Amino acid sequence: MSFKTVERKPLTLAERTYIPQILGGMKTTFKHLVKPKETLEYPEARPAILPGYRGVPTLVMDPNGREKCVSCQLCEFVCPPKAIRIKPGEIAAESTNAHVEKAPEEFDIDMLRCIYCGLCQEVCPEEAIWLQNVFSVSGYSRDEMVNNKQRLYELGGTLPDQHFKWDKKKAAEEAGNDAH
Amino acid sequence: MSEFYFSLPLLLRLALQGVAVIAVLFPLAGACSMAERKVSAWIQGRPGPSRAIVPWLAWIPGIGFLQRLGVFHFTADGGKMFLKEDVIPGHVNKFYYYLAPLVAVVPALCTVVFVPFGAYWDAATAMMKPIILANTDIGILAVFAVSSLGVYSLILAGWASNSKYPFLGGVRASAQLISYELSMTLSILPVFLWVNVPGGEGTLSLFAVVEAQTQPGFFGGMWNIFLMPLSAFIFMVALFAETNRQPFDMPESEADLVGGFHTEYGELKWGLFFVAEYAHMFIGSGVFMILFCGGWNPLPWVSLADLLGWLGGFAPIFLNPVVSGLIAIGIFLAKLIFSIFVFMWVRWTLPRFRYDQVMKMGWQKLLPLSIGNLIFYAIAIAIIERS
Ligand code: SF4
Ligand code: SF4
Repeated sequence: MSFKTVERKPLTLAERTYIPQILGGMKTTFKHLVKPKETLEYPEARPAILPGYRGVPTLVMDPNGREKCVSCQLCEFVCPPKAIRIKPGEIAAESTNAHVEKAPEEFDIDMLRCIYCGLCQEVCPEEAIWLQNVFSVSGYSRDEMVNNKQRLYELGGTLPDQHFKWDKKKAAEEAGNDAH
Repeated sequence: MSEFYFSLPLLLRLALQGVAVIAVLFPLAGACSMAERKVSAWIQGRPGPSRAIVPWLAWIPGIGFLQRLGVFHFTADGGKMFLKEDVIPGHVNKFYYYLAPLVAVVPALCTVVFVPFGAYWDAATAMMKPIILANTDIGILAVFAVSSLGVYSLILAGWASNSKYPFLGGVRASAQLISYELSMTLSILPVFLWVNVPGGEGTLSLFAVVEAQTQPGFFGGMWNIFLMPLSAFIFMVALFAETNRQPFDMPESEADLVGGFHTEYGELKWGLFFVAEYAHMFIGSGVFMILFCGGWNPLPWVSLADLLGWLGGFAPIFLNPVVSGLIAIGIFLAKLIFSIFVFMWVRWTLPRFRYDQVMKMGWQKLLPLSIGNLIFYAIAIAIIERS
C-alpha cells in the first residue's frame, strides 16, 4: 500500500486574522440575502406530490361507482396500531350490487393512530384501500380525527381499475356459471 | 415653531427631548428585533415573518406590502409579551430576579444622554451646534462608564435565577466584559489624541470628535476609519463582544447554556433584556459612527455644513435649525441602521466562538494589538503635530 502524505500548509498571516475569510463569508451571506427566496409558502403553494406517496388511507370506488371493499377485514387485522375498525354487513338481495358478496357497514380509520405504514393497502385483496396524497389532517377533537366510511369515500374517490372483477363475475353468473 | 420651542424653559425642553429620545429608541429596539428576524430569514432563503395582520387593516389596499415585511409581527410580539403569563420560578431570589431586567434597561437608555445624534445650524453664531441631551466634556468616558453597568444586570440575572446555566452565563458575561473593555478603551485613545491638539483645551466630548472630522483639508475631512483602520477594527470587535452579539454571545449561547442568563426569564422581563441589548447596539454603533465614520457628515470630505450650505443655496429653509437638525439626525440614523444591519449580517455569517477562543482573542490578540496601535499613533501624532 502506498501512502500519500498530504502536506498541511501553515496558515498565512491573513488567514490567521480571519479577516479575508470573514469578508468572504459575508459576501456569500449577502448573496443569499438578495437571492429569491426558496421557501414554499405552504397553504397557498402546495408541494408537488410524487406518485406512490403514502398519505391518508382512503377507500375507493370502482369505475362503476360501486364499493370495492368486501369487508374481509384483512386490513383491520394487519393494521399495526389497530387504527381500522370494520363492521361487516350484507348487501341487500334486491340491490344491483347484490352479486358483490359483502360490503362494510361501518368503516372507521382513526387518524390519531394510523402510522401511514401502508400495510392496509398492501394487504387488501380488492385494491379498495389506498394511501393517497392527502397529508394535512387536523381537527379540534378526537372524534373529528376518526374518518368514517362516508368520509373515506369522499377522500378516496374513484381510481382507475384494470380488473373489473365484479363485472366479470356478473357476466359469469349470467352465463349460468354461478358455481364459479 | 422653533422660536416657540427655544423660548421654553431649559428644564422642560430637556425633559421633552429626553422623552422624545426614549420614545424613539424604545420602539426602534423593538423594530430591530423584527428586522433581525427578517434579515436572518432572508439570509436563510426564507421570506420570514409575513403573516400577521390586524383583520380590519387587511381591507386597506396596498397594506399587503407592509404585511409581507412583517410590520404587524412587531406589534403582535409586543402584545404577546405584555399578555403572557408571568411565570416566576419558585427557586429564585425574587427581589434581584425582578431587579435584573430593570438594571439592564436603565443604563442602556441612560447612555444615550451623552451621545450626540445630530447637529443643527445655528444662524446666530453661524456654527453647527450638537443635538444632545447633555453636552458634557466627559462624553465618551460617561458612555463607557454607564454602558458597562449593563453587565450587572446579566450577572444579577444569572445569580438570582438560582440555576446553573444562567449562572454560567452571568459569569461569562462579566469575564467577557472585562477582557474586551480594555482593548476597546485603548483602541479609541488615538482618536482623542488626534482630536485634542497639544496646548489646546482637552476634551472627551463626542461632538468634538465629529467636529475634528469636519475640518477643511485632507486630514481634516478624512474620517477616522481611514486614518486609523486598526483602531476602528479593534473597536468594532470589542463592540461585538460588549454587546454580546454573535459571534461573541457567550452569556446566552443556547448551544451550551440553554438560554444563558435569561433562561429563567419570560414575557416582558425577557423583553426588557432584549430591548437593552438592542439599545446597547444602537448606542455602540452610534459611538462607532461618531468616532470613526464622521457622525452625521454625509460623506468623507463633505461635511454636513457643506451640504447645508449647498442646499441653502436652493432654499433657505434648509438653514432652519429644525430642518437642518432633522437632516443631521436622518443621516446619522441611516448610518446607525446600516451598522445594525452589519451586526445582523455578521451574526448569520460567523459561527460562535468557543469560550476559550473568546478569552484568548481578547487577552492574547486584541489587547497587545491595541497597545501597539496606541503606541504607534502616539508617536505618529507627535511627529505630525510637531512638524
Ligand atoms: S396505513 Fe398502516 S396504520 Fe394506517 S390504517 Fe393502514 S395499516 Fe393501519
Ligand atoms: S379495505 Fe380491502 S382489506 Fe380492508 S376490508 Fe375492505 S377489502 Fe378487505
